[in-house]
Amino acid sequence: MIEFLAMSGYAAYVWPSVALTLALMWANVMWAKQLAREAKAEALRRIASQDAT
Amino acid sequence: MNWVWFHRFGSPPYFYSVAGRIVPWLAWPATLLIIAGLYGGLVLAPPDYQQSDAARIMYVHVPAAYVGLMAYVVMALAAAIGLVWRLKVSHAVAAGCAPIGASFTAVCLVTGMLWGQPMWGTWWAWDPRLVSMLVLLFFYLGYLGLRGAIDDTARADRASAVLAVVGVVNVPIVHYSVVWWNSLHQGPSLLRKGGPAMPASMWVPLVLMIFGCTFYFYAVMLMRARAEVMRRERGGQWVRDLLIKGGENP
Amino acid sequence: MTDSATAWSAAALVVQRDLRLAFRRPGEWLQPVAFFLIVTLLFPLALDPEPARLRALAPAALWVAALLASVLAVEFLFREDGRDGTLEQYALSGQSFAWLLLAKTLTHWLLTGLPLVVAAPLAALSLGAPATAMPGILAALLLGSLSLSLLGAVGAGLTLGVRRGGALLSLIVLPLAIPTLVFGARATDLAIRAEPMDGSLYLLAALAVLALTLAPLAAAAAVRISLE
Repeated sequence: MIEFLAMSGYAAYVWPSVALTLALMWANVMWAKQLAREAKAEALRRIASQDAT
Repeated sequence: MNWVWFHRFGSPPYFYSVAGRIVPWLAWPATLLIIAGLYGGLVLAPPDYQQSDAARIMYVHVPAAYVGLMAYVVMALAAAIGLVWRLKVSHAVAAGCAPIGASFTAVCLVTGMLWGQPMWGTWWAWDPRLVSMLVLLFFYLGYLGLRGAIDDTARADRASAVLAVVGVVNVPIVHYSVVWWNSLHQGPSLLRKGGPAMPASMWVPLVLMIFGCTFYFYAVMLMRARAEVMRRERGGQWVRDLLIKGGENP
Repeated sequence: MTDSATAWSAAALVVQRDLRLAFRRPGEWLQPVAFFLIVTLLFPLALDPEPARLRALAPAALWVAALLASVLAVEFLFREDGRDGTLEQYALSGQSFAWLLLAKTLTHWLLTGLPLVVAAPLAALSLGAPATAMPGILAALLLGSLSLSLLGAVGAGLTLGVRRGGALLSLIVLPLAIPTLVFGARATDLAIRAEPMDGSLYLLAALAVLALTLAPLAAAAAVRISLE
């Protein structure tokens, strides 16, 4: 297990690479979800104000 | 050829609902493929005979490069379709591609640097592939910058679409010029994919990762495109029907 | 219906107008060449003026300076005409918009790009290039500056009327200009070493032809979008 983490000495290069990739992929998903949430909220707000008038 | 299906996709509500149904079919395979690919590459695959475990960076670096390039082509295609057929949905798709493509290109560059330091002893090397990727990143930044600088959505769509098409024509030209330049100033590229022939234990996880990241790209791109379509159409009747009268898929 | 006689006379009108306006404001048109000379001057000052080093640096310095000067110049290619409605008139005129913009861009190149070519021998000599290299340097910069002006027109069209469009213009044009930079610098380097530079010149010519044929179309599309 330790050997696996150590990556024969290249751990400082391999693990940050993997971590960065996964982090950015996760961030992109979260960002897309946030945009969807905002779009829906904006639409609901618009509908509410249209109904009010 | 029946073009009805094509124009149907141009309809925002149709696109919204169909894309919404497709996303899970992309997202779940993507997750599985990426997990399998990473496990295969990081745990199961043997260390490279020359680069040992540092070569494992390839399992993220190569898919990132591939998606970065593919995203740009998809973006340019969607932009061109949006320009020619004046489809807002197509422009929304193009807009969705850009941030993901730029992220993957940046990941490719950074992981390339992290691979370069132990292998070449330097954080940056003028390898033609790295330089081409850097230029691609600038193409993305130009696209995103132009989109951001123009307030009017329609004008931003069309202007950035022209830029995307101009850019995609230039990508092969720039790549060729960089390869040629590099061949003058350095020997053959040091960046090999793990040796003359990769055993299956190495190329299988790599292929899994490439497919996984591709599925991932399309899933997230469609999510963004849907959000963009809803944002632009918020006054539309179909939006009202969807959100108020129920049946909204997440 | 546009027959070729009217197309040529329309282009001639555009060219004459731009030349006349330019001579009223010579300062604007002299800026790029002054910028070019200043930038090439900066390189030896930033290094030590050891002749062999300067000569090795000369191609890069010349081309980077030419590129930057060209981007600087192209900022005002469409600016005034976009503001006062002339571009709209061109678009509505019934003539090929791309053709008129080509005429406009070539005039602009005549006023801003060609002076760079003329000033280049001076800059090159100051960087230690031998006199025998001059024809090659002139040829390379002639072709290269043409490509740069045409590519710049596309960027200028896209950023017309955009606030703080200058930085965005650079971000758009410079990546597109990389092939020209690569082949141009290589051609200049070969000229300085008195080695045959035909291949590089042909590549530069190919880029120029590509730019001549495609850039006006892209620029026309871009300007049309910006004018709405």
